[in-house]
Amino acid sequence: MSVDQHYDIVVAGAGPAGLNAARAAAQNGARVAVFDDNPRVGGQVWRQGPGHAPQAPLSEVDAALSAHPNVTVWSSSRVIAPLGPRALLLETAEHGGVCVSYGQLILATGARERLLPFAGWTLPGVTGAGALQALIKGGTPVRGERIVIAGSGPLLLAALATARAAGAHVVAAVEQAPAITLARFVASLAATPSKLLQAAKLTRGGAGLPYWTNSVVREARGAGRVEYATIMRGTREVTLACDRIACGYGLVPNVTLAQALGCALDEHGAIRVDDMQRTSVEGVLAAGECTGIGGMELARVEGALAGCIASGDTTLDLRALRAQRQRWQRFAQRVETAFALGEAARALPPAETMLCRCEDVTLGEVSIHRDWRDAKLHTRCGMGACQGRTCGTAASTYFGWQTAQPRPPFHPAQIGTLIKAAECAASPSSIP
Amino acid sequence: MPRRGANERIRVTIDARTIEVAAGTTVVAALAIAGLRGTRTSVGGQPRAALCGMGVCQECRVTIDGRAHVLACQTLCRDGQIIQTTGPL
Repeated sequence: MSVDQHYDIVVAGAGPAGLNAARAAAQNGARVAVFDDNPRVGGQVWRQGPGHAPQAPLSEVDAALSAHPNVTVWSSSRVIAPLGPRALLLETAEHGGVCVSYGQLILATGARERLLPFAGWTLPGVTGAGALQALIKGGTPVRGERIVIAGSGPLLLAALATARAAGAHVVAAVEQAPAITLARFVASLAATPSKLLQAAKLTRGGAGLPYWTNSVVREARGAGRVEYATIMRGTREVTLACDRIACGYGLVPNVTLAQALGCALDEHGAIRVDDMQRTSVEGVLAAGECTGIGGMELARVEGALAGCIASGDTTLDLRALRAQRQRWQRFAQRVETAFALGEAARALPPAETMLCRCEDVTLGEVSIHRDWRDAKLHTRCGMGACQGRTCGTAASTYFGWQTAQPRPPFHPAQIGTLIKAAECAASPSSIP
Repeated sequence: MPRRGANERIRVTIDARTIEVAAGTTVVAALAIAGLRGTRTSVGGQPRAALCGMGVCQECRVTIDGRAHVLACQTLCRDGQIIQTTGPL
């Protein structure tokens, strides 16, 4: 197989949106490639691992894709840079650097957790909430460990259920949102019975569990690893002994590739799409969490819609898909309202708290500057291996700064991959 | 990717110590199974470990089979794999 290839449709991301986009496009006869940087398909929500068999909706779409000879799924493959018009440079575990060109591109790049610093958050044992779930599904043993799950949003419940099923002792679930808005949110779940059922399942057997609303983690302490978590419950400080703190404040869309391609963003920092999932750039569509945080059901519908539109399929009932999309968009709106970050969650941690973990720059060093660019130039914050994906999100949450997006190469890449880019640029004809 | 039996065990070597893990285990999980808490030492000399678990934060980078800066959270264990951390733990 030649590794330099052309596809009618390239899908970036193999989560619910990307896989359903690929299926819809393939059904219409398009030659499709799906890439994902993880070693397995499914994205975050359908993550599989030893002891975590693929969930039914993943198995179903995966089987459908395997049955299509015109679909190629490449896992462990990262987009490193856009290459000229309608081509991407990838780094793949199997083939190294690869140039791929496309007729149309569907961005299904998902979301990452909003990780906000607190004193001691660099200690081993502190992770995101979704991160804890991902680690457990990958085989990390947590049996018997005492875990504080914290931050905000429905993801905390999912992390809680996964941790308990793996034998962990969740000592507290710490939610920044106040009880009253949560009660309203739970009442509103009647509009989406499947979500009500899901919430009931996730919290089953949790009667003895402290679920603290209006509360935030303030500090992690320990000698070389987490041993204690200090939590503000309203105005009262509580310290708990624990082995892990899993803290994440909701999700933020991954828009690095979209921005590099010139796609416009909306006021929430998500990729702006029209009612056909088209971005502002010709030939580029987007679906799922990267177009706004909305959950797995919405991502699936958006993916299917994007796949239909990109492949010119008009036989599918687009109106029905749009109606479904609207329903899940309303649900997403209710989630956003219920879990909006309050003052306590946005409060600045002490000045000596590390903000940029790649370059070890403290919050105090960064906060004296007037904007992100200035802070970067003077402190190197956001200039390490993650290119500000973590600290830039935190800085924009605290200071409202426009933080610069990562630039190509989007990820640390091997020199051979970059040489490949030069070869492709020198002879574009090598891409059919 | 070939489907492996759920019970298949494979062996990996972490910082000169060989352990057995279930097929499909991620490298970052293997580190925890081996009892290691950290993956790397930060530029300021602090111990660090996986934070995001999904390929964003770069805190879990280790050396795998001689290749530096590989993300442990996005790499599956393979039989005979040699993993080196730079952490003090």
